[in-house]
Amino acid sequence: MALVSYWAVISARFRSLLQYRSAALAGLVTQIVWGIIRVMIFQAFYSSATTEQPMSGRDVETYIWLGQAFLAALPWNIDTDLRSLIRSGGIGYELVRPVDLHTYWMSRALAWRTAPMLMRSIPLLAFAFIVMGMAPPATVAAGAAFMISMCAAIVLSSAITTFLNVTMLWTITGDGITQLTFGLVLIFSGMLVPLPLFPDWSQPLINAMPFRGLVDTPYRLYLGHIPASDLPQHLAHQLFWILAFVVAGRIALSRALRRVVVQGG
Amino acid sequence: MPQIIVENLVKHFRVSQRDTGIFGALRGLAHRRYETVKALDGVTFEIGSGELLGYVGPNGAGKSTTVKVMSGILVPDSGRCEILGLVPWKDRSRHVRHLGVVFGQRTQLWWDLPVIESFDLLRDIYRVPRHEYVKNLDEFVAVMDIDSCLDTPVRQLSLGQRMRCDLAGALLHSPKLLFLDEPTIGMDAVSKVAFRQFIKRFNRERETTVILTTHDMNDIEAICDRLMIINSGKLLYDGGLDALRQQMSFERSLVVEMTDAGSPKVHPAAQLAMMNGRRVHIRFDPKRISAAALISDFTAHNDVDDLFVEDPPIEEIIARFYEGNGVG
Repeated sequence: MALVSYWAVISARFRSLLQYRSAALAGLVTQIVWGIIRVMIFQAFYSSATTEQPMSGRDVETYIWLGQAFLAALPWNIDTDLRSLIRSGGIGYELVRPVDLHTYWMSRALAWRTAPMLMRSIPLLAFAFIVMGMAPPATVAAGAAFMISMCAAIVLSSAITTFLNVTMLWTITGDGITQLTFGLVLIFSGMLVPLPLFPDWSQPLINAMPFRGLVDTPYRLYLGHIPASDLPQHLAHQLFWILAFVVAGRIALSRALRRVVVQGG
Repeated sequence: MPQIIVENLVKHFRVSQRDTGIFGALRGLAHRRYETVKALDGVTFEIGSGELLGYVGPNGAGKSTTVKVMSGILVPDSGRCEILGLVPWKDRSRHVRHLGVVFGQRTQLWWDLPVIESFDLLRDIYRVPRHEYVKNLDEFVAVMDIDSCLDTPVRQLSLGQRMRCDLAGALLHSPKLLFLDEPTIGMDAVSKVAFRQFIKRFNRERETTVILTTHDMNDIEAICDRLMIINSGKLLYDGGLDALRQQMSFERSLVVEMTDAGSPKVHPAAQLAMMNGRRVHIRFDPKRISAAALISDFTAHNDVDDLFVEDPPIEEIIARFYEGNGVG
């Protein structure tokens, strides 16, 4: 397939999303306030802790600020444009394009997970570095490993988002599965509490699940908590789950299209 | 060889039924009742290259289902459909490359982006060669008068402007087939006339095959050579508009502007239907007396300033056709 088609979709969607500047500003303020609250909670927790924790207090703070900066990259909702297309029957237009529908939708998702995140993360990281004393990457290698892993995290997020979008062809609203996924993502990605702070017995389970590839893996590479030399195996975990969600999404989509009734006709 | 072959196409939908009230809702949880809707019940037709075909029928008749099957969006239960030698739902990606579609009331343009960016995006999606794109865009901009729309976000366009841009968008990749699904719905009279002219023009100049579904019979009368009428998933009529007119309308009207007011002498085979000052309407059956005979008889016996023969409006003919075929 010619990539030019999909690249065009990504860039058009990206430009269209950059128009929502006030939403980005509102999101930025909210995320800073939430970040400060979360940091204060963990400071209270650490100051009363009597035993050695698996992560230092300063590492947790940096982990939190990274989480706040890249919040918009999480697969926490479905594409509302696609939802209105599915509800109104405008989905017909999507089906008369000479493109592979899953790749097309995933291109949209990629732009959607990247554009708002970029708009918010840059000023938020600047704030966290200057005002809140956030730490830089542990080493240059850690920084590079973080960047690579973060790219994989965005692709993973897009694959999950696309899978959620496909399920709308069954459920029409997509609300139920989105809320369920949001809960799983929040807890098991490390967004709520950094994953190393979870009980030891739960670690194998958490490691097996796809969600740590969204948050925990890149952030701990940043902190040097996972050495940069371990990048390949963690990247493999992310790539495995990207592939899994893409395959599941494609199967679900082709099944859905066989039974789809385009609304309004 | 026809461009589109449709043979004995069948598509049934199962629609779940729910009893009213809370008990009905609870019963629906345990036991769903389904009703089968026959959207297509054995439809057969062929369309040649460059035809401009009107496709009409009451709401829920199966028009849109036919168009969606031909677009590769819906898979029929049984029957055959080949377009340019391809089966739409099997070769979807290759098939839609030759296809342009406009669904009225929906837009294929990106809501938040200026029109030109949507066009550029469509160019990339269809991989239209640069020179072809520029040539098409220049022509459409000139003919459809959308120059001022190009830099405007779609959400700020009027309906007439938006539909013109939508049509241009559907034609950018020079499709061999154009499906228009109720494109003129909600348009004002001027926009409708302009829109019809563009469609006719593209059909003529590029030999694009056009299938137009509509409820507006004036669309059909203005541009279509051939008409198909469908109801309850069955094709009721396939042929020319004039043939339908002859089949359905036994009566025509002779409208006369008399020199003086007063009762005119009318041939016994015709009837005086209405008098309004000097204007007189005479109804006649062309099988009993030809228009020429009636006119020469009338002018021989009366002083006449002006006259013309009127056909019943197309709306009335279709309505009579529906009635005659038990369409409710």
